[in-house]
Amino acid sequence: MNERRQVIVVGGGLAGQWASIRIAEAGHQVQLFSLFETLRSHSVCAQGGINAALNNKGEHDNVDQHFFDTITSGCYLANQPPVKALCDTAPELIYIFERMGVAFSRTPEGLIDQRRFGGMHHRRTCFAGASTGQQLLYSVDQQVRRLEAVQQIIKYEWWEFLAIVKDSDGRCCGIVAMNLRSLEVRAFRADAVVLASGGMGQLYAPKTTCSVNSTGAAASRVYQQGARIANAEFFQFHPTAMLGTDKTRLMSEAARGEGGRIWVPRQLNDRRDPTAIPESDRFYFLEEWFPRYGNNVPRDIASRAIWKVTRELELGINGDDRVYLDLTHLDPTFAELRLGGLLNIYRKFTGLDPLTTPMEIFPAAHYAMGGLWVDFDANDRGQLCPDSPRNHATNIPGLYACGECDYAYHGANRLGANSLLSTAFAGRLTGDAVAAYINGLEHSSDGLSPDAYDAEVRYQNRINHHFMHANGDCSPYRIHADLGELMTNNVGVVRDNGPLDSAIGQLYELEQSFARLKLGEVTPWANQSLAYARQVFDMVKLAQVVAFSARARDECRGAHYKPAFINQLSDDILTHHEAYELDQKHWQENNEQWLKTTIADYHPEGPRIRYDPIDTCLIKPEQPRDYR
Amino acid sequence: MTTQPPDVVPESADLILNRDPLLAFELGNDDSLPASSIDQIDLKIRRQDDPFSKPYWQQFRLPCQGKETITALLRKLRNQPVTIDGETVDPVAFDHNCMEEVCGACAILINGKPRMACSALIEEFNGMITLEPLSKFPIIRDLIVDRSRMFAHLKRVKAWITLDGTWETQQPPLRMSPHDVAVNYLYSRCMYCGCCMAACPQYDENQEFVGPATLAQVRLLNHHPLGQYEKTERLHRIMTVGGLSDCGNAQNCVRVCPKEIPLTTAIGELGRAVTWQLFKDLFGD
Ligand SMILES: Cc1cc2nc3c(=O)[nH]c(=O)nc-3n(C[C@H](O)[C@H](O)[C@H](O)COP(=O)(O)OP(=O)(O)OC[C@H]3O[C@@H](n4cnc5c(N)ncnc54)[C@H](O)[C@@H]3O)c2cc1C
Ligand code: SF4
Ligand code: SF4
Ligand code: FES
Repeated sequence: MNERRQVIVVGGGLAGQWASIRIAEAGHQVQLFSLFETLRSHSVCAQGGINAALNNKGEHDNVDQHFFDTITSGCYLANQPPVKALCDTAPELIYIFERMGVAFSRTPEGLIDQRRFGGMHHRRTCFAGASTGQQLLYSVDQQVRRLEAVQQIIKYEWWEFLAIVKDSDGRCCGIVAMNLRSLEVRAFRADAVVLASGGMGQLYAPKTTCSVNSTGAAASRVYQQGARIANAEFFQFHPTAMLGTDKTRLMSEAARGEGGRIWVPRQLNDRRDPTAIPESDRFYFLEEWFPRYGNNVPRDIASRAIWKVTRELELGINGDDRVYLDLTHLDPTFAELRLGGLLNIYRKFTGLDPLTTPMEIFPAAHYAMGGLWVDFDANDRGQLCPDSPRNHATNIPGLYACGECDYAYHGANRLGANSLLSTAFAGRLTGDAVAAYINGLEHSSDGLSPDAYDAEVRYQNRINHHFMHANGDCSPYRIHADLGELMTNNVGVVRDNGPLDSAIGQLYELEQSFARLKLGEVTPWANQSLAYARQVFDMVKLAQVVAFSARARDECRGAHYKPAFINQLSDDILTHHEAYELDQKHWQENNEQWLKTTIADYHPEGPRIRYDPIDTCLIKPEQPRDYR
Repeated sequence: MTTQPPDVVPESADLILNRDPLLAFELGNDDSLPASSIDQIDLKIRRQDDPFSKPYWQQFRLPCQGKETITALLRKLRNQPVTIDGETVDPVAFDHNCMEEVCGACAILINGKPRMACSALIEEFNGMITLEPLSKFPIIRDLIVDRSRMFAHLKRVKAWITLDGTWETQQPPLRMSPHDVAVNYLYSRCMYCGCCMAACPQYDENQEFVGPATLAQVRLLNHHPLGQYEKTERLHRIMTVGGLSDCGNAQNCVRVCPKEIPLTTAIGELGRAVTWQLFKDLFGD
């Protein structure tokens, strides 16, 4: 029996809780850190569902098809062995969730029901009513509570991770965190640290569907300590978010999956009430442009089509940045049952009923495909070795990353309902990798000298002191607002090198504006401004990585769309056979140059970008994605 | 409450913030925030600096639109925390995360009623809006309370399924009737916001009562095919002091639950289950 060691998990979302459970099951003690009660993590927001090729709907679905869809949707940019394992393991994971108590919606025969989701031909998405993420998170939260009751897991809620601590060999041997109430900064020892800190949608605030705590600050902090970030330029913009000043709220893909139709009036400035516009005067542009997939085209294609309709064709409703997402033709009972959560959100925040009035939507920053670079271990047949300590290891020994903060599964674009799956899978795999890593460790962190820990605590206290007493004229709220606007306009749905260069310049200025910070709050107790200002600083650092990565990649791939470098196989022009052949040739040539993982290394003067090869051993990139 | 930052010489932001120093840039000017005032609203907020100090009230006037939420207002207030008397004060501390009424973080008392601030539209209210921290829980600061009791209670009633391990079992998947799942689903949406506890006359810091949301979880887990294996134990845990019999059946809880969870139905069902359990305990089965 191995001795019981200490492991730190930062993040109580689906990924962090899964990792915690697995590490505890392996006999080690977990210290689980979260900014708030773990069950309030952003994972609760997922409405749509989770993919697994259970084939419960008689459509000959299978794990290979799921794998194929995930890889092609990601434009081949993901390493294939981990993705294959993800899809192979999905059914198993669903059944474990079921045992944990998730109330998955059922078929009349009592099996788990499945529905179609953007970009998929098969009904593959399992769901628990209209709140799948909530149900999945609660199921692991309960297991963690069970393990907490026997001290196998110890929770540190209301603690913010600030930095990792490294020993003299550069191994991660603990963290420094801040108590969000007392503001105490303290070091915690551990033999391994798992970062599961979620996404970074707040870089685009307020035009994001993410929670206010999805800042990416934690990932940025380890990046500034030497961890690599990969594929940061790939950010998914969800095509269907309802508009709002504080946040744009997601109208789940399920709305399209269950039959929702996207349209605008055919005529510019048609100001009639949408219900008064006859079919013949409606432009169902997704259905016309992509007859095979119709409204179920993947997110990036839908986002750009909406961008094109509003910005290029100027056919947005009343000339604005909005289009209709119409559910009024659906059977109300059916819609209520399947889309209840979404309908209620819309009603709540607009006072309008989507079953009688078409919803108005626009794309918003939703999901970061990129994130901390992590390793994997596979055999020569492309099969993942599930017990290897290399899986999900960052380039800093002893530091692991999983969940939305990693980059591993979604390539250039995430398939809808694949990320609850990847967070759960990654969390579990990471837990196993950490257990394997610890078994191979000769010394525990217990015996290390306190010097490195003390030094990091002092450093972090100095930052706090600086922020608390900064008496310039720049509010952190203002800096964040500027950041969001800049990212949305210049590093958003459509990219160009000119605006990207200017974004890079402006991001430096934002960073420098911290020299003139004004916190406006010196209270030493539960000072929210302090934590927030620190996050905003790290967000600016992370935004630089996104902008630099986007600037460096001169092509169109998945969510990264740079029209100046468009491939001939454009989304909307139906070409005949010869042109298609030519396109394919271009596509392959382009792949030779760009089918690579973007790697960003920290440097004080700005991220250094380079590229790594991708493991495409299972499905050769021979066919471009074609959605016509 | 205005506190001027002490006059310290800040070290260069750069030296501190960047692990390696970087040359400072020439800096431009910062223009003030755009205030597009369509309408305005008065907020009266009960504040408290820390768990041990005395509460006090402050009033603020903010520009707003009818479709904005209370959370959106509180976020605006962080920018310019100036009272109606023109005094600049510390920003009001409050909790929020999802802003979609699903994480449960933002429960407060709005005009005395427990509600989620992120889904309370301003247009619902007339005149001044009063905001207070959620009652029944210890105050951390301003509108932030400590709800850890709720989670301790979940432990007390064993609100989980005891999994042998998170591994594959090679067993066929569970089958469940769509109807049973639909009923369970109602309870599984509880987001532990604490509104029902705040409204319950039997629930407070000094009493043992585990509260309506916790009881509803017992109902939920006792109806899961695997959860029911520990049904008896959970029932026993709510048959003691602080358990089911502490509920005075005042029905307040169900009226305030933002997720419309049928709390009193659950409590009723548990009442019958407990009676049956008592009977079994006495006479054996
Ligand atoms: C509106 C919306 C709907 C979605 N719907 C779907 C869907 O239908 N299907 C699907 O598959 N995916 C969906 N997604 C994506 C999916 O929900 C997320 O990618 C996933 O839940 C992320 O989980 P996570 O565990 O990585 O992180 P999170 O759930 O975000 O958890 C992050 C955790 O890290 C902690 N943390 C962060 N920073 C720190 C720090 N500095 N110190 C301490 N703790 C910290 C937080 O406290 C939190 O516990 C959706 C996303 C959004 C925005
Ligand atoms: S019915 Fe019971 S639990 Fe609900 S408010 Fe009344 S006393 Fe509290
Ligand atoms: S039962 Fe309702 S009011 Fe009570 S904690 Fe749950 S969601 Fe909140
Ligand atoms: S902020 Fe999540 S429920 Fe209000």
